[in-house]
Amino acid sequence: MKVKVEEPINIEVEHIARVEGHGNIQISIENGELVNCSWDVVETPRFFEVMFRGLSIEMAPLLASRICGICSISHALASARAAERALQIRVPKIAQNVRLLAKHAETLQSHTLHLFFLVAPDLLDVGSVIPVLKSHPEIIQMATQLKGYANQASDLFAGRTSHPMAIQVGGVTQVPRKSQLWSLLQDLESIMPTLWKALDIFKTLPFPDFERETEFVSLRGEGHYPFIGGDLISSDGVHKEEDAYLAMTNEYLVDTSTSKLCKLSRESFAVGALARFNNNSAWLHPQAKVVADELGLKAPTYNPFHHNLAQLVECFHVAYESQEMIATLLDSDLTYFMAPYQAKAGAGVGAIEAPRGILYHSFETNEQGVILRSDCVIPTGQNHANIHHDLQALVPVLAAEGVGESEISKQAQMLVRAYDPCISCSVH
Amino acid sequence: MKYLGITLEKPKVGVFGFTGCEGCQLQIANKEETLADLLGAIEIRNFRLISSDKNDDYDVAFVEGSITTADEVARLKKIREQAKILVAMGACACLGGVHNLRSRFPLEETVEAVYGDHPIESRAVSRVSDVVTVDIELPGCPISKPEFEWLVRHLILGIKPQFPQYSVCVECKQRLNTCVLDMGVLCLGPVTRGGCNAICPRNRFGCWGCRGPAEEANFESLIQILRDHGFSERKIAERANFFNAFNGVEAIPAMEKSTSP
Repeated sequence: MKVKVEEPINIEVEHIARVEGHGNIQISIENGELVNCSWDVVETPRFFEVMFRGLSIEMAPLLASRICGICSISHALASARAAERALQIRVPKIAQNVRLLAKHAETLQSHTLHLFFLVAPDLLDVGSVIPVLKSHPEIIQMATQLKGYANQASDLFAGRTSHPMAIQVGGVTQVPRKSQLWSLLQDLESIMPTLWKALDIFKTLPFPDFERETEFVSLRGEGHYPFIGGDLISSDGVHKEEDAYLAMTNEYLVDTSTSKLCKLSRESFAVGALARFNNNSAWLHPQAKVVADELGLKAPTYNPFHHNLAQLVECFHVAYESQEMIATLLDSDLTYFMAPYQAKAGAGVGAIEAPRGILYHSFETNEQGVILRSDCVIPTGQNHANIHHDLQALVPVLAAEGVGESEISKQAQMLVRAYDPCISCSVH
Repeated sequence: MKYLGITLEKPKVGVFGFTGCEGCQLQIANKEETLADLLGAIEIRNFRLISSDKNDDYDVAFVEGSITTADEVARLKKIREQAKILVAMGACACLGGVHNLRSRFPLEETVEAVYGDHPIESRAVSRVSDVVTVDIELPGCPISKPEFEWLVRHLILGIKPQFPQYSVCVECKQRLNTCVLDMGVLCLGPVTRGGCNAICPRNRFGCWGCRGPAEEANFESLIQILRDHGFSERKIAERANFFNAFNGVEAIPAMEKSTSP
């Protein structure tokens, strides 16, 4: 493709900052032609699928959480769900509610970390959150309040934010006392005004205007905005049961990446907040819908930078839904939260909407409940190819507009960052 | 910055991730109520997870993760050359951590099981101290933020940190927790070193030894107690070997090795 700029442009970003894990961007433009433009994952593999083998299935959520320090609650939930489906365990209703509250706490924690600490510096044109402490203390104060609540809720419902211990096969190890729930509910109410203030700020921040149509994959909402289990859908019309996840992921390897890549109906697809929003916005909490309207976000939206806005919409959804769920728990009998079970041979899949998109764990056990085979397909692994193709579409547009090398580099990094990639996770 | 009338220098800090989940790095950016104070007390020179500003002039290096490629060995050695104080941070860096679970299988078959015949470089799992000299080991999976801040205070004041050597049971009893062993939950608290404020037993879950062995731990007795409680050899082995925390302790039952991952 022809572009206006004749100066050769060579951009090499080694280990892009403000994302989890290690990835590189390479762009070269010569004589106005895009010669090379790629997103390469250079993270060191850990071989979790091998680490699981030979362990008792009850160990799965504990080991799985170590796949990622940020979304470890999602990994614990995906493993617990896969194990429970393999062993045909019915998880008590109270445990399901506590788990979803833990999940919501993680979503709020992860999204606010991304929006305020990793993305905001780009929009304020600084290298990190450290100068923002001085220049925009009000933004840091907001982040502090929102993340503070989210961490507190994670501690209460999952044991802690990273590597939770309360989510176990069969249910949860304990349920918070009603006095703790009551006090948390008050804290949650106190951060609501902060959320609305955050909306006022993000409404004014300039996100790049760029679109590339792609396929969006997520859980399928049925009566609620989905986070834990259920059918799988894509915006191109694919619809599968949870157990048939391999038909949604189609993993393959390339030389430039230690992460496996995925595809479905096209060369790439996207998962994450924007995919969930595009596929399931009908099921958002009414207040979250108001927020989407205020941000001008309408499904389907094909601007990858709007992942950030969809994350903000989801912050409202999880906060408001948590409020209702905690109130319900306060009126419930909280005594039964762990189902007894027997080890047996089986196979099961657990699909979870992690903060960065749909996550699958799958296990097969023998009669003693020992793991024979495991598989994990990670949201960021599903996004890598889409990021790569977005870059290939974005860079020529910028070059044609005569945008200089440093601005191309900045926008390319912002694009990668918009997906909130969790690279260590993708190379588990 | 002044403390007791003495001017203190802000330590120039680098934070680096190797093979791991970045959960320990995340703890540093977590706990918002003290984040501004922390960032005011130290000078972050290199911390890729939160900053695009890079500077290789640092005195203290916090290193997360275990070491599993030749490239990581080279990067770590370079960091060691620069840093006056190198802190291994978290169970992966200090002990090898959960990554050691793959050491039950031969390396070649491990790579093949995940990547088929696609070429991927990896090597046996090393602790940071297997590759370079480590000055301080900050334990835990993940590290605890209060303990990290406690360590930073020591670094600013130039005092050698003395980590707890007593067992997890000490803090567990201080918190008036019901003993989880009595609730039928497997716990390694009696042989694991404290400092974590017994966070796992507090959540009705047994200790898994992520901080390494306590001083004068009586492994034989604990293993006997676990057997008396009816825990199988397999369950004991899985828990006690999870973080590679008790490597070389004879009383700890070994995990089954296998040739086919």
